[in-house]
Amino acid sequence: MLHPITTVHYLLLSAALLLVGTIGVLTRRNVVIILMSIELILNAVNINLIAFSRYFGDVTGQIFAIFVIAVAVAEAAVGLGILIALFRNKETVWADEIELLKW
Amino acid sequence: MTFLDLIWLIPLFPLAGAAIMLFLGRKLDPQQPSAVALAPGVGPAPGMHGLGHAGHSHAGPGKKLISLLCPGTVLLSLIFSIGAVAELARLPEKTHQLILYTWIAGLPFQTATGSLARFSADWGFLLDPLSAVMILVVTGVGFLIHVYSIGYMGHEGGYYRFFGYMNLFVFFMLMLVLANNYALLFVGWEGVGLCSYLLIGFYFHKKSASDAANKAFIVNRIGDAGFILGMLMMFHVFGTVRFADVNRALAGPGYAPEASWGVLSVMALLLFVGATGKSAQFPLYVWLPDAMEGPTPVSALIHAATMVTAGVYMVARSNALFSLAPATSDIVAVIGAFTAILAASIALVQNDIKRVLAYSTVSQLGYMFLACGVGAYWVAIFHLYTHAFFKALLFLGAGSVIHALGGEQDMRRMGGLKEKLPTTYWTMLAGSLAIAGIPGLAGFFSKDEILWQVYSSPQGSTALFVVGLITAGMTAFYMFRLMFLTFHGKPRMDAHTLAHAHESPPVMTVPLAVLAAGSVLAGWIGVPKLWTAFPDAFRSFEHWLEPVMLRAAAHGADAGHHDAATEWLLMGLSVAVALGGIWVARVFYLRRPELPERLAQSAPGLYNTLLNKWYVDEVYGAVFVDGLAKGGGTALSEFDARVVDGGVNGTGWLARFTSQLSIWWDTWIVDGAVRLVSFAVKVVSYPVRLLQTGYVQAYALIFVLGVLVIFGYYWMR
Amino acid sequence: MSQYYTTTDHFVLVPALMLALFGCAVLLFEVLVFPHPRQRKWLLLFVLLGLAFAGAGVWRQQNFLASQGIEELTAFGGTLTVDGFAIFFNWIFLAASLIVTLISYRYLEVEGEHHGEYYGLILLANCGMFFLATGTDLITLFIGLELMALCFYILVGFLREDRRSNEAALKYLLLGAFSSGFLVYGFSVLYGLAGSTKLRAVADALASREPWDPVVFLALATTAVGLLFKISAVPFHMWAPDAYEGAPTTVTAYLSVGSKAASFALLLRVFLMPLGAAREVWEPLLAAVAVATMTVGNLAAVTQTNIKRLLAYSSISHAGYILLGLIAGNETGIKGVLVYILVYTFMNLGAFLVVVALRRKDLLGEDLDDLAGLVYKSPGYAILMLIFLLSLAGIPPTAGFIAKYYIFLALIETRHYVLAVIGTLYVAVAIYYYFRIVRSMFLAPLADTGPLTTSFGLRLALVVTGVLTLGIGIYPEPFLGFAQTSLAR
Repeated sequence: MLHPITTVHYLLLSAALLLVGTIGVLTRRNVVIILMSIELILNAVNINLIAFSRYFGDVTGQIFAIFVIAVAVAEAAVGLGILIALFRNKETVWADEIELLKW
Repeated sequence: MTFLDLIWLIPLFPLAGAAIMLFLGRKLDPQQPSAVALAPGVGPAPGMHGLGHAGHSHAGPGKKLISLLCPGTVLLSLIFSIGAVAELARLPEKTHQLILYTWIAGLPFQTATGSLARFSADWGFLLDPLSAVMILVVTGVGFLIHVYSIGYMGHEGGYYRFFGYMNLFVFFMLMLVLANNYALLFVGWEGVGLCSYLLIGFYFHKKSASDAANKAFIVNRIGDAGFILGMLMMFHVFGTVRFADVNRALAGPGYAPEASWGVLSVMALLLFVGATGKSAQFPLYVWLPDAMEGPTPVSALIHAATMVTAGVYMVARSNALFSLAPATSDIVAVIGAFTAILAASIALVQNDIKRVLAYSTVSQLGYMFLACGVGAYWVAIFHLYTHAFFKALLFLGAGSVIHALGGEQDMRRMGGLKEKLPTTYWTMLAGSLAIAGIPGLAGFFSKDEILWQVYSSPQGSTALFVVGLITAGMTAFYMFRLMFLTFHGKPRMDAHTLAHAHESPPVMTVPLAVLAAGSVLAGWIGVPKLWTAFPDAFRSFEHWLEPVMLRAAAHGADAGHHDAATEWLLMGLSVAVALGGIWVARVFYLRRPELPERLAQSAPGLYNTLLNKWYVDEVYGAVFVDGLAKGGGTALSEFDARVVDGGVNGTGWLARFTSQLSIWWDTWIVDGAVRLVSFAVKVVSYPVRLLQTGYVQAYALIFVLGVLVIFGYYWMR
Repeated sequence: MSQYYTTTDHFVLVPALMLALFGCAVLLFEVLVFPHPRQRKWLLLFVLLGLAFAGAGVWRQQNFLASQGIEELTAFGGTLTVDGFAIFFNWIFLAASLIVTLISYRYLEVEGEHHGEYYGLILLANCGMFFLATGTDLITLFIGLELMALCFYILVGFLREDRRSNEAALKYLLLGAFSSGFLVYGFSVLYGLAGSTKLRAVADALASREPWDPVVFLALATTAVGLLFKISAVPFHMWAPDAYEGAPTTVTAYLSVGSKAASFALLLRVFLMPLGAAREVWEPLLAAVAVATMTVGNLAAVTQTNIKRLLAYSSISHAGYILLGLIAGNETGIKGVLVYILVYTFMNLGAFLVVVALRRKDLLGEDLDDLAGLVYKSPGYAILMLIFLLSLAGIPPTAGFIAKYYIFLALIETRHYVLAVIGTLYVAVAIYYYFRIVRSMFLAPLADTGPLTTSFGLRLALVVTGVLTLGIGIYPEPFLGFAQTSLAR
């Protein structure tokens, strides 16, 4: 028997995505993939927002989601820009080789 | 406009001087701009160079201006202070409060007692008999020391800087004593600490100097934490930190002396912790001897006459609180007595002339707290006042000696300077007699009064009295040891230094003479009640302070039930002990200089090495050449020999043993504890820093752990 | 104007509009109108003009509120709210931007990275801060935060040839984006609880639930994490030392005061209004964070030898003190927080200004030894630095003392004795590392005889911050009054 998909399911999906993103940030060495993992977290937020928006029948959540997408794009752009600047000087994209500043 | 309305100007004069010096001084005194400041070795050795030729200096006009301006600002403050105090004396209520404006204002809130209070601290000044004494001491002694410094610091690099810091110090010290509330007092409290820091480290080329400065600052901060807490607690209980309001609240019906540990006792204890830091009491006294790394006028002004007495002033200022907290008062008395005897015993064997005086200061401050602890606040202030004269004199005299010998501070390389430095010798002799407690000089009156109060006051005890008496004997001993080693006997310095030794210029000796006159005469406004031959005018000091000590007087000592015979006896005892100390010193260092060696042989083992180090130089130096010794009769010599061979040998050994023990304790336990604290902070610091690995994902991991802890908090609640 | 953009909306928005317009204009003008490097000073003038216009907007808002006797002015259907609180913070932001602009010109020349977009980014970051202080809607706040943060990511990495700067920017960006992920997740849950993104609606929704409700806690925890990251509270502080050290010093100065003040504005808005109902939940949590923050900040600073890093840890510990005021939470406490942030802005900026002046072509000027003997070379700088450090350490009569005093007062009033004692003890630790700098300046032989990199703007900024740091300490009444009126809500 098929259960209907409720808001709670979306929230669980979102939480799972948040977890996946977090684990990605913690474990992947490549800075580009870390940036992608952060995108996952933001997408988890988007799922939340859309689910709530639909639950309330309120359009604000969807607008919020669009803003989050815009911000995610900007973050990725700036992040890649900084990464390129770093790559020019250091020729690495591995997060664990970037450790000049410490203590 | 009367002087009373202008008391806010008193601190401002030195502040103006300081501002001019610190911002423009370099332009006024352009001598060798970086020679002193460049890397070590480039400039002449600090503390040595320049000393010995001041006075006949070829100073530029800028330097002359500095020499006029900086002491001048303090002189102006002195004139205004005298004017204000003279007017205060004519006021019937003997107190004058001048509030410029509200500094920190709070909102209404409920205090611990449930009443509604509104916190406010003013930028306000209070002139009452207590602060009157203090501003006169600060500006008077401060002015003399400024004048002296013109000669002493004449050839030092950074002349303008020195005077800038000194003027700044006088400003903060005046703020401290003129404040009408604890918060503003704290401004001065921290400010003098800062100036002390900068001046101790004045010869920064010596690592020991900047280390000493740091130590002083850190140790003081421990005390300051206590002070802040005490102040916050006071605010919480009374809703105010203004002296007048706190005293009014304490005088109210709600408060009686606390039988055990109560709010007031804790509050008083916290304030006292602050006082132990600033006034160098056990266990926070360790910074003061090291502070001698600063120039000698600094030691005289800050570390003898004024700043270190701030704690005593604060406790006396809070006498209404302390007299309601007998448990804390007992601690104050015990700490004071213990510090007094501990420091005096260390002073017995120091070889550095300034260190002897430093430990002596600690010891005398202990006396003052002892007086506070037994409720004799006016006597504490009396001793503070006389001490300012003779201790400043002794430091300046020591400075004159050091100056004459081109920077030499070790008494083992002095001796026989009496002829070379007559003015210094005679003035210092007056100071030594005063601190030793010879009747008729300033120190006698105050110290004897302290001892009497300790004995007779209900809060006092015989045990504390005995400690005070022994300390008095030690004081006489180490002071005359200093005098004999420095001025008598055969010169032990090299010929070149000896040839160059000369009396200081008048700019230095005149302040010495003035202070010597003070050391002789200052005590005559507080002669014992016992001396009925003198009219009441000779006892005006106590009456002058009475308006401030009302509550204390009500709870304090009533010596009436002791008979006059006891008091005469005790007075005679303390004089005898003082004379005895001088006599032992004379025996040890003038008449029988081989005795110290015999002592060393009688106490081998534990500290033999230390002792030998000490006596070898002694034996070399001290031979019977002194006129006094030559003229001494054989009978006296034989008497010396017999008695010394017997009892004095033992007591001398005991004195040495205790002092060595004290030094050991000082170096390893107390000093060690201070170092341990700073070491522990560093030890904790490194692991905290090691968290910062530089790996961005490690940072993220800690971030996520933080999140998990927050969720854990939810489940565990 | 239509019903979607009324006169009120415009009036409220003017400062942000000015900042955004001038910010974008600077970006364009650098390419089109003033392409030559020697014309950059005209750009600087442009920035000052933009800040002046924005300031005029805020000034008019302040006057309007005062003359009408109203407490707040809402616009865009409750999305933006101008009240005393917002105006207070906007003045701080504008002052910080102005001072940073004044000192950057010479510094960037020395660094060899002088580009017009630097000024554009400063204006745009300030625009983001405006929304953080003014916004009362989750979306607006989020956009404002990200606008500010993105500008800072670029500014931190502005020295493109410097590996430390690159690295600092990358670390800041990765962690910043990560944390704003959490923050916006919290916002989404708040939206889910309230069905609206307006703070007032969220507050009402939370008030009707019980404080220990798990969903409320989820929202609270994730939001708190994001906010605590921005103010660099432990354990979310790890980015701060690295970003502060690697960034150009002028940016570090801006980051340490502008970003921190704006984040505190956001934190106060969120914790006092919507999350205020759950106070019993977050109060112990924040107390623990505050204590940890003071501990780590103070202890790690003790052994630092890099001045920027030392000041970074010091600024972490200051965040702990400010949090204490929020924990006390009574009127004195919040007023204390505002006063603290105001004072902190000037004293911290001042301290960084001196570090900026140390930088030369041949000298990094970040090590403690680079300050050695400064008083013999430039007594004015050394004495001003001393004043800033005394203020940071909380020693009277400087402004820092007033600020700390209010925080402790509030803690005593609300009977948080333990926190007051801990805070007091850490003041004693803090003095230790601040005095390492003082010791280097005053009690060490002059190590470097080269001239300081100074300019008229820098000297002006130093004098202004110095006078304020001392002035607020000696005569705090007008500033306390200012903080008081901005509290009237």
